[in-house]
Amino acid sequence: MTRLLFFVSEAFRALRRSAAPSIAAIVTIVVTTLLLGVLIPVLKASEDKTADVREQIGLNVYLYDDASKAEIEALERKLLAIEHVEAVEFISKDKAAKILAGRLEGDLRESLKELNSNPLPASFAIDIDDPENLRAVSNAIAPVGSDGKPQPISPAIEEVRDARQDATKITRVTGAVTVVLGILAVLLLVASLLLVGNTIRLSIYARRREVEVMRLVGATNWFIRWPFIIEGVIVGLTGAAIAVAILWLGKVTVVDPLSESFALVDNFSTMGFTPLVITLVASATIVSALGSGITLRRFLRV
Amino acid sequence: MALTRSRKTTPARTRGRAAKLARERRTTPQPKPPIVALRDATVVYPGGHVALERVSLEIERGEFAFVVGPTGCGKSTLIKMLIREIQPASGKVLIAGRDINELPASKVPLLRRRIGTIFQDFKLLPNRTVYDNVAYALQVIGASRAEIRRKTPEIIRLVGLQSKIHNYPDQLSGGEQQRVSIARAFVNHPPLLLADEPTGNLDPETSIGIMQLLYRINRTGTTVLVVTHDREMVDKMRRRVIALEDGRLIRDERAGGYHDESTREFAARVRHELGVPGDQPE
Repeated sequence: MTRLLFFVSEAFRALRRSAAPSIAAIVTIVVTTLLLGVLIPVLKASEDKTADVREQIGLNVYLYDDASKAEIEALERKLLAIEHVEAVEFISKDKAAKILAGRLEGDLRESLKELNSNPLPASFAIDIDDPENLRAVSNAIAPVGSDGKPQPISPAIEEVRDARQDATKITRVTGAVTVVLGILAVLLLVASLLLVGNTIRLSIYARRREVEVMRLVGATNWFIRWPFIIEGVIVGLTGAAIAVAILWLGKVTVVDPLSESFALVDNFSTMGFTPLVITLVASATIVSALGSGITLRRFLRV
Repeated sequence: MALTRSRKTTPARTRGRAAKLARERRTTPQPKPPIVALRDATVVYPGGHVALERVSLEIERGEFAFVVGPTGCGKSTLIKMLIREIQPASGKVLIAGRDINELPASKVPLLRRRIGTIFQDFKLLPNRTVYDNVAYALQVIGASRAEIRRKTPEIIRLVGLQSKIHNYPDQLSGGEQQRVSIARAFVNHPPLLLADEPTGNLDPETSIGIMQLLYRINRTGTTVLVVTHDREMVDKMRRRVIALEDGRLIRDERAGGYHDESTREFAARVRHELGVPGDQPE
């Protein structure tokens, strides 16, 4: 306990005595943490969007308005019997209208009410176990007849539509975005590691004589190392705390008001603020502490 | 050896150390090995320069010995070899009967805690006060806070710097800085004290003060080995002189006499013989 106190006080003494390099190290960490703090949520959002799109792949079977109840029930049984079909949900005309109304806002919703009739068809939403089987299921519902036109298994079916083409397009775009952002993030991480390492090396190099003296009076390597590591932890924590404060300010003043007025921003399901903060603080601290400890090694060779 | 026995003024702490040494000695075949023993030690620096060539010598416990020789004769190499800063290419370095080059690297700090070292350039920590510099040597060995608070002012008083206890090294004169470094080297009461040109940067009067301090430390039972090129001082001290030249041992003289003079008598005599006027230092 006494020893821990001693190490901590040694670390603070060193920080006070070499204020300029310490501030340089803190600023470096603030900048990197800030960049990571912006990149990680964006990366996460684009990934989640891709996953979203993949999940949504399914078939929609639209029905004629004059389909009878018996026809619909018979069709549902037939659809469930098809291989690879996981679930079938009947969406009536009323339900379709409600879903649409839920998606629209303000004036658009009002104008929907003004329509006297419901233009939306009833439909079946079909979930498929794997996007690969989409075509097979689609063919099973509406096999192509001898004349080249689809021959649906039920006279109630007006059209079979799949979101496959849209989905692959979205997947490809978001995939490219993810890769670019990922590369950017990795480059940034490497650059920041080098930068932090270099800053720490400078501050330790300035004190190499001190380390030499410590070794001469018989200090063990860990006795010399601990204050430096604790110093790194303090620098990392301070830098991360400042970066998180700036991020939080950004979230409150820019992102939150935006997501209230734009559904698009809100829709992006991204990382929660708390896990993001924990990740950032932990990584900044570990990088800084490790950087101190590893850099010191070359001065500790007996 | 008889002269070591005659000094029964050893303080209790030193006796504790001696007991510890004795315990460790039991594991070695020799009953009472010399504190320092070199056996054909040869040091070759990278590039092929031979700094020490087949040097063999023994220094007994409680001895006060000088190592002299011109610049580049291997004096400093000898000191560095004794604290395992550098390792010999061949030969053995035995401290208290143990070959220090067989120690694992993790035990080297423990060796250095048992050897006080003093340098020409003092090697003080510049951002610590006199008190903190001395206390650091105790913190390193894991001394309790009470122990540090008791021993540090005591040793600073011994070297005569109680009035400068909260000064930083750059606020002290060369002689005062060397006193701090002696205090740091001696605060753990090591059985062996090495001094590499302790008076190299100091004027004659200050040098006598430093030598007097080392002499006083020697009288508590600590073996003191001083490396110097100050031939005159060495001649006047009348202690054992080991001379090196081009890395070879060329002379090893055990000078007699004056062994039991007091510190005060010693200083007065040396001052007189060197022709330095003035009163007692401190």
